[in-house]
Amino acid sequence: MKLVLTIAWTHVRRRARQTLVAIAGVTTGVGFSIMMAAIMEGSQDDFIRTLVDALPHISVTDELREPNKQPANIIYRAAEFHGLTPEVRRPGIKNPMATIASLRSWVPGALTPSVQSKAVLRFAGRNLTISVIGIDPRTEADVSNLVSHMRQGTLASLYRASNAILLGDRLARKIGARVNSNITLASAEGATMNATVVGTFHSGFRAADETTGYVLLKAAQILERQTGIVNEIRVRTRDPMEARLISERIGEQTGYKSISWQEAQEDLLSAITIRNVLMYTIVGAILLVASFGTYNIISTITHEKTRDIAILKSLGFRDRTIRSIFIIEAVMIGLVGAILGWIFGYLLTRGLASLEFSNPFSDNNHLPVLYSTKHYLLATGVASISSLVAGYFPARAAARLHPVDIIRGAT
Amino acid sequence: MSAALIEAREVTKVLNGIVPVTLVQGINLAIMPREFIAITGPSGSGKSSLLYLLGLLDLPTSGDVLIDGRSTTAMTEDERAEVRLSRIGFVFQFHFLLPEFSITENVALPMRARGLLSSRAITARAEELLASLGLGDHRHKMPDQLSGGQRQRVAVARALANDPPVVLADEPTGSLDTMATSQVFGILRDLVTVHKKTVVAVTHDLELASQMHRRINVVDGRLAKTGGMAPSLTH
Repeated sequence: MKLVLTIAWTHVRRRARQTLVAIAGVTTGVGFSIMMAAIMEGSQDDFIRTLVDALPHISVTDELREPNKQPANIIYRAAEFHGLTPEVRRPGIKNPMATIASLRSWVPGALTPSVQSKAVLRFAGRNLTISVIGIDPRTEADVSNLVSHMRQGTLASLYRASNAILLGDRLARKIGARVNSNITLASAEGATMNATVVGTFHSGFRAADETTGYVLLKAAQILERQTGIVNEIRVRTRDPMEARLISERIGEQTGYKSISWQEAQEDLLSAITIRNVLMYTIVGAILLVASFGTYNIISTITHEKTRDIAILKSLGFRDRTIRSIFIIEAVMIGLVGAILGWIFGYLLTRGLASLEFSNPFSDNNHLPVLYSTKHYLLATGVASISSLVAGYFPARAAARLHPVDIIRGAT
Repeated sequence: MSAALIEAREVTKVLNGIVPVTLVQGINLAIMPREFIAITGPSGSGKSSLLYLLGLLDLPTSGDVLIDGRSTTAMTEDERAEVRLSRIGFVFQFHFLLPEFSITENVALPMRARGLLSSRAITARAEELLASLGLGDHRHKMPDQLSGGQRQRVAVARALANDPPVVLADEPTGSLDTMATSQVFGILRDLVTVHKKTVVAVTHDLELASQMHRRINVVDGRLAKTGGMAPSLTH
C-alpha cells in the first residue's frame, strides 16, 4: 500500500499544475455546494421558524370538517332530498371554556380562546378593512409572541380603556393614528364601536402589521354581536413538530376543524420539498461538473503514464495495484479539494450572511444561513464518490493496458 | 520434470485482425540454467515476440510456456505477474526507467512490489546493485541526469532487484554507442559467468551474438538455426 501511495503521490506532485486545476475544480464544487445548502436550508429554517412563531401551532375553529346533515337525511338515510332549507347553525365553539378545560388536561402546551372578526376601521376620513382579533391578554402570551412584538404599550394596556385596541405599527402609521387616538370600528354584523388605540405592535410580517388589530375578547364579541362567542382556540404545543398529531386528536375529540401549522401551510411546505429537490439537483450538478475535472486529470495522467504502466506490469505489478495507484490519485484530489472546499464554502457562506439588503416581506435584512456539519459531510461524500468514479474508469483502462503493445510502440 | 528454466512447447502467437498476422509459429525451445542465449533474426522476424512470450508478458495463441517446469497457460494474470516479479528480470532497448523516481527508487520498485524485505534492506540492496554496476556515486540522481549507458545499467540493476534466475533483454544495446554497448554486454556476460544467471538477449548484433553460448535464429516466426557455444564462454 505504501508503494501505491508513493507512486500516486509522486504522480500528482510532479503534475502540480494539472493537479491544482483538478483540486480547484473540486474545491469550487464543494465550496459552492456548501454555500448553496447553507442558504437554501437557512432560508427554509428561517421561514419555518418565523411561520411557527407567527402562527398558532394549532388553530381550532368553529367550522365543521363536514357540513351538518339535515334532520330529514338523518331520519331517512336511503332517501335523497332536494330543495330543503339548510339548518342554520349558530357560529362559534360550543361551551368554549369547557372545551378548553378539557383540552388543557392532555394537550402538551398552552391554549387561549380568541374571536376572529373583520371590521372597517375609520379614522381621519380613511376606511380600511382590518382583522380584529379578540384575545385574552392573560393567556395570549403563552400562545403567541405578541408580547415581544409590542412597540408601544403592553397587552395589559387593553384593560386601560373600555374599548381598547392594539394596532399594527404599519397600520397605525398608515392612518396616522397614535396611542390614545380614537378610532371607529364597524363590523359586518352592523355593530359600531369607538375604540382607543392603547399600543402598537410590530410582528415583522408586513401583511399582519398593516391589517391587524387586537382587542379584548369581550370587545370582539360585541363586534360579532354574540355574547360569549369564541370562534377560535389557538394552541401552542411544546414541540411544534408534534402539532399535526395533536391537531388530529383535538379534531377527533371536539368535532371542530383543527388545523396544525403544517396542514395550514401544506402548499408552502410542499414548495419547500420541491425547492429541496431542486437544491440537491443543483448541488449534485455542481459536484458532477467538478468530477469531470478529476476525470480529466486522471485520464491525462493515465494517458501520459501508459509507458510507465507497461513497465510496472512487465516488472510484475498486478492489475489491481496499477488500478489502485490511479484511484488513489483521484481520491487524493477529491479529498484535498473537499477539505479546501470546506474552507471556501464556509468563507462564501460567511460572506453572503454578512451582506445587508432590504426585504419587503420581513424585517430580516441579512440572508439567513445554516451552518450544518451535514452539508460539509454530504458535499465531501459526493465529491469523494465523484472523484472515485472519475478515477475508476481511467484506472481500469490503465490496468487493462497490454504491456507488449506499449513496449512495441515505444521501440 | 524438465530441468529447463524456461521451455516453449509448440508456441504460436497470432495477432488477430482483418488480416491475421502470425508472429511466432510452433516454436519448441528449452533454456537451461546459466545459459547465455542470443535471439537473432531480421527485423519483424518475431524475435522480440518470442522473448515476450518466454517472459510471460504475452500469452501464446497456442502452445505452452513452462517456467521451472510449470505450465503457465492456465495461470491467472496475477500468477503470471508473480512469476515475472520473482523469476524473471526484464531489460528493454530503451531503459524505461520511471522519470519521477531516483535511480535507487527505480531499482527498489520490484523489491517493494514483492514486499519481502524491509525498506532499509531494500534501499541497501538497491544501492549495492547500483554500486556493483559502477553507479554508486549516482544513486541519488534522477534518470534524466544519466547518460544512455548509465541508464541501461540502472535498468539491469532493476532487472536483478529480486534476484531472478533469468534475465530477458530485448535489444539491450540497441540504442547505445560502442563503448556503452561494450559495458552493458560485459555486465550481461558477468551475470552469467559471475552471478550464475541465465540471460536471453534479443540482438541484431551478430558479433555480440557470436560471443554468447547459443544463438537462436528466428525467421518468419520460426526457429531457423541454433548456433553452437562460443569458445570463450564454455563452462
